[in-house]
Amino acid sequence: MRRLVSELALVAGKDLRIEARSRVTTNQVLPFAGMVLLLFAFALDPDRGLLPRVAPGLFWVATLLAGLLAVSRAFAIEGENGARDGLRLSGLDPAAVYLGKAASVTLQLLALEAVLAAGMFLLYDVEVANVGLLVLSAGLATAGVAAAGSVYGALAAGLRVRETLLPLLLLPVVAPVMLGATRAWEAALSGAPSEAWPWVQVMAVFAVIYTALGVVAFGPLMEES
Amino acid sequence: MTVLGRFPALSGVDLDVMEGDAVLLSGPNGAGKSTLLRLIAGLVPLTGGEGQVLGRDLARDRRSFRAEVALLGHDTFCYDDLTAAENLRFHARAAGRPKAVADAVLERVGLGRSANVAHRLLSAGQKRRLALGVVLAREARLLLLDEPHAGLDAPGREILDGAIADAKASGRTVIVASHELEQVRALVGREVVMAGGHASGGLVAEPDGDLVGV
Repeated sequence: MRRLVSELALVAGKDLRIEARSRVTTNQVLPFAGMVLLLFAFALDPDRGLLPRVAPGLFWVATLLAGLLAVSRAFAIEGENGARDGLRLSGLDPAAVYLGKAASVTLQLLALEAVLAAGMFLLYDVEVANVGLLVLSAGLATAGVAAAGSVYGALAAGLRVRETLLPLLLLPVVAPVMLGATRAWEAALSGAPSEAWPWVQVMAVFAVIYTALGVVAFGPLMEES
Repeated sequence: MTVLGRFPALSGVDLDVMEGDAVLLSGPNGAGKSTLLRLIAGLVPLTGGEGQVLGRDLARDRRSFRAEVALLGHDTFCYDDLTAAENLRFHARAAGRPKAVADAVLERVGLGRSANVAHRLLSAGQKRRLALGVVLAREARLLLLDEPHAGLDAPGREILDGAIADAKASGRTVIVASHELEQVRALVGREVVMAGGHASGGLVAEPDGDLVGV
């Protein structure tokens, strides 16, 4: 177990360091997600009072699209200079590689969500009634997206059509997470937490199932990609 | 047999390498040398026949011995946005070696002054040295070197030859695929000639360096 955690930290640290150096998340993914929020704000006309009601859905659409880029990037770096073969030869437990990649994507998305949420509160004029529920549901949704994204990212990694295949594979799968996160955020904004708990449970179960699937399937997926 | 795409890349290969041996794989381009090394490393599947690497079954268990194998291939296995030192430390730690091993190897391959330079900014020769460093930092039992002299300058070749000699002296197994026949023959004890995906018999080096057929 200690070795798994150590290897997980090694892979996550490596991926986060690469992202910090390349600044793809801050210079490309974040502006992209911010642009999505801004365009929706223009399209839905702030004067009609629609934005505060649809804000959670728009936020999670923007986050999900940004998540696709983050997952794609996490596996694209393994295509550089035969790095994927280096990982296969490294002796690292494939489960640790999977968990490290998922952890790295989770941390990147959480940081991105914090900035996006601040933008949303400013642009869409929304107020939060239950911060704890907002943070809990964001954490679970992000973990679910990262867990599922890392499974499908590995599946698509070695294919020429990975950029187009990944959204086709991932978006339908994470639809329950997007729905759950949107409903939970609506409840957190309106101050009706009891409506959120079923969705929080759905997101928790989704994250656990996909994490378990990734731990088991990542080794064979790395062989096939 | 190993099939890549629709065509067999290797067939009829019969190769025994004992632990501690140093072997040269020679043969023309397309003979299957690189594929054979990747097969031995467990990176490509054995689709027919049988084989063992470090006592493990090549067909059923190719993931089990990879941690004990180091491959110097055409790629460096390094990340463009990490520095030379960070890449080496990552591979060393992944193999369970301490940071000190990576730092010592960095000096050994002559990249001490480029330790903090990103991989993408290294010259082609420096990248080859770093790739050699990745192999050495793993301290593996089996070294597979594919055209290891390519892209190296004279000092780099000396470092490489020294590393092969040291590995051989310390009882590790080394298989080198190369077109630099004279240089590698001087370092190894045996030569296997490959052609068209076949290993067509071996040559054994006598102590005085002359090659005799077997």
